[in-house]
Amino acid sequence: MTEKQKLVVIGNGMAPGRMLEHLFETAPDAYEVTIFNAEPRVNYDRIMLSPVLSGEKSFEDIIIHGDGWYVDHGVMLYKGHKVVGIDREAKTVRSEHGEVAAYDKLVIATGSAPFIIPVPGHKLPGVLTYRDLDDVDAMLLAAQSRGKAVVIGGGLLGLEAAAGLKERGMDVTVIHLMPTLMERQLDPAAGYLLEQELESRGIKVITKASTKQILGDTRVEGIELEDGTIIPATLVVMAVGIRPSAALAKDAGLSVNRGIVVSDHMQTSDPDIYSVGECVEVNGNVYGLVAPLYQMAEVAAAHLAGDTSKRFVETSTATKLKVTGINLYSVGDFAEAEDREEIVLRDAAAGVYKRLVLKDNRILGVVLYGETADGAWFFDHLKKQTDITEMRETLIFGQAYQGGSPMDPMAAVAALPDDAEICGCNGVCKGKITTAITSKGLTGLDEVRAHTKASASCGTCTGLVEQLLALTLGDAYNPAAVTPMCGCTELGHDDVRRLIKAKELKTIPAVMQELEWKTSCGCAKCRPALNYYLVCDWPDEYADDYQSRFINERVHANIQKDGTYSVVPRMWGGMTSSTELRAIADVVDKFNIPAVKCTGGQRIDMLGIKKEDLPAVWADLGKAGFVSGQAYAKGLRTVKTCVGTDWCRFGTQDSTGLGIKLEKFMWGSWTPAKLKLAVSGCPRNCAEATCKDIGVICVDSGYEIHFAGAAGLDIKGTEILGHVKTEDEVMEHVVALAQMYREQGRYLERIYKWAKRIGLDEIRDQIIQQPEKRKGYYDRFVFSQKFAQVDPWSERVSGKDKHEFNPMATLSLEAAE
Amino acid sequence: MNAMTQAWVRVGSINDIPRRGARCVKSGEMSIAIFRTADDRVFALEDKCPHRNGPLSQGIVHDGCVTCPLHNWVISLETGVAQGADEGQTLSIPVRLDGEEVILGLGPAK
Repeated sequence: MTEKQKLVVIGNGMAPGRMLEHLFETAPDAYEVTIFNAEPRVNYDRIMLSPVLSGEKSFEDIIIHGDGWYVDHGVMLYKGHKVVGIDREAKTVRSEHGEVAAYDKLVIATGSAPFIIPVPGHKLPGVLTYRDLDDVDAMLLAAQSRGKAVVIGGGLLGLEAAAGLKERGMDVTVIHLMPTLMERQLDPAAGYLLEQELESRGIKVITKASTKQILGDTRVEGIELEDGTIIPATLVVMAVGIRPSAALAKDAGLSVNRGIVVSDHMQTSDPDIYSVGECVEVNGNVYGLVAPLYQMAEVAAAHLAGDTSKRFVETSTATKLKVTGINLYSVGDFAEAEDREEIVLRDAAAGVYKRLVLKDNRILGVVLYGETADGAWFFDHLKKQTDITEMRETLIFGQAYQGGSPMDPMAAVAALPDDAEICGCNGVCKGKITTAITSKGLTGLDEVRAHTKASASCGTCTGLVEQLLALTLGDAYNPAAVTPMCGCTELGHDDVRRLIKAKELKTIPAVMQELEWKTSCGCAKCRPALNYYLVCDWPDEYADDYQSRFINERVHANIQKDGTYSVVPRMWGGMTSSTELRAIADVVDKFNIPAVKCTGGQRIDMLGIKKEDLPAVWADLGKAGFVSGQAYAKGLRTVKTCVGTDWCRFGTQDSTGLGIKLEKFMWGSWTPAKLKLAVSGCPRNCAEATCKDIGVICVDSGYEIHFAGAAGLDIKGTEILGHVKTEDEVMEHVVALAQMYREQGRYLERIYKWAKRIGLDEIRDQIIQQPEKRKGYYDRFVFSQKFAQVDPWSERVSGKDKHEFNPMATLSLEAAE
Repeated sequence: MNAMTQAWVRVGSINDIPRRGARCVKSGEMSIAIFRTADDRVFALEDKCPHRNGPLSQGIVHDGCVTCPLHNWVISLETGVAQGADEGQTLSIPVRLDGEEVILGLGPAK
């Protein structure tokens, strides 16, 4: 077997991400890949930052490759490592933190940097660009003040930023140098309509305006235009264009003009170094829209995999504005010229404007405003250079009016040829989508996105893709289809939970009988879920079915890869004592426990214990006062604390005491997935409460309750539930929240996923605004605890489930004869 | 006939095994998992998943299969063959019931 070559990628944006996807598909074993990302995060969909800014999507929604993807493909990803040098002699790159990586092939994907107008004051705090998630976060922070914002630049990005900030409650003014907005994509008429629309939404637009300076002493206070106009502002966003980031390549001695110069194979002047993305200059052009960047990714991946047949070819790309409620589409060349003709349709009342630019009876450019459904159809004729003489009379009315009676949208999609482009961002045509649907048996939008990438970037073609699904699958397509719990039923988790309550089903066989399970006794997916739902819904009546629990919950320890177990006793709030530590030391010695480790939840883990020894280990631990830490449970795990006012000079409240109180109150409860808590004594947050399922931050005036954080495969800061004044209120709110999650969560759904599904406002409304609801949840939790708070270890030391821990028989060799 | 070449050993009562559960029998170096289904059939497999040697006796038993506790492979109790897309087979060991007694067939008689 040949050794894998080393591929180093500088940059982790959309272009290199797509390149690696292609590469792993065609040549999965060719390279060992290392990525250096100057941004401290995974690959996300930069085009979708605007919906994040406006609040229509969250960051999680726009992640392209989660951490798991890198793990699955064996990619070493350095997050937050900016590469500062390339040594082409030694074939190594070096990051600012001193990390050095050797390469056989190198891909430079440093992208672009926003252009900053060097006017006086451009370095003041409060002047931002619009490029990455940090910019969005900074804008969101600024928007909290509900102040005034000025956006410099009336192009695609600037207008999306303006609309997002307006949506977030800011008073927004757009300053644009040219006479009409988006002049590179729109003709003046459409630009004017767009301006009217924005003004009607309360966004002020000033065109033909040049910025003289940004005003302010210690931070932004406003801007002054060349004509002397002063506009007060607490936030200034510069969105006037981008420049390829090519400095690193230049320093390495590679050929650089406006961008890094590459061949149509995406090779730089050094054949072992490739470049893709916005940093690239190919055939004299630089690109900023996603479709050509994805084409570069495809070409580079093919070349890296040894296929030299693919070359980068320039194609026109359609532009869309991602502002909800504004439909705008443009593609091609729409400047006026002597030999060109145009067809224009205006409907002022409906806010519709359509313009086709023709030359020799062929479409050259398309601008659509207000009604853009025919964009793909026009674009198809533009690309194919169809002679439109025959349909010239009705062309502007769109596809529906060609040949006879108007078509419904479905028929229009059906009439599109197989090579018509549906998804412009990813260059996916109709035929590829329908083939994937039939050959791979796809039934939903997510699957089509996974297999073809169609509608997976900006999402504006989602409707078309859904129509294709409906067309190809006929009645079998059900967009609202619920994912079934498992192969044993057609019902989803929510339906099953609802029916368990409604039909008062109180045993697993009853559920399976009444809900018409397709298997006689379920499977390893549905049985643990049903067992949890029944435990949660009928705490006093349901007899827990241990045979439907995963082994860890059945033997109250964590199974390890070699079939041994690990044991973690509870240390309330992370506090321990010499007596406890001595007892643990004695147990470790007595049972020859090979490994002892501190966990992330402030407890001690003993690993490598033989199953037969578990009850004896627990007996000894029990004598020292230990109970099970439930480190194996889909239930309450740890409550991590800092030392708070007991010791800390910054502590504002007794965080340790509160943590212990919470743990003692909530231990033993089963939840849909594991539940980890933390209490920090001050906003310095030493207990890391802001990435927990539920966290409390003590402040001088009381307690901030947080929830829905994550720090596993996904990393996510918590959301704020609310602020309360006393420990008792903390208890009531936290417990009520936990119970709401217990009653509504789907099995194995962590609290942050549940919260995202239910909606943060709904949760806040029920737990904070409605005291009687909160009290109801709290009371039901307390009731269920009566049956749950039994130490499983002491039960088993007393002989429960003895069969679990001993072999049925041990045969000597003689007995086998 | 197969039984002629087997050494049959009584290992205990079916009541020692929980329904939809398993118990182990140690035979020298080998650990054998004896499964009891919901409808009181018994099966025996070597207690080793063909994937990463996970202890099948610790898995969830459902409809003639067991799901390995380590990585969720589903193994047929009757044949030891991995189900679905996974490929592999665990050694299956003859076992029968004599009334309530579980009797295991352990290799050719000496």
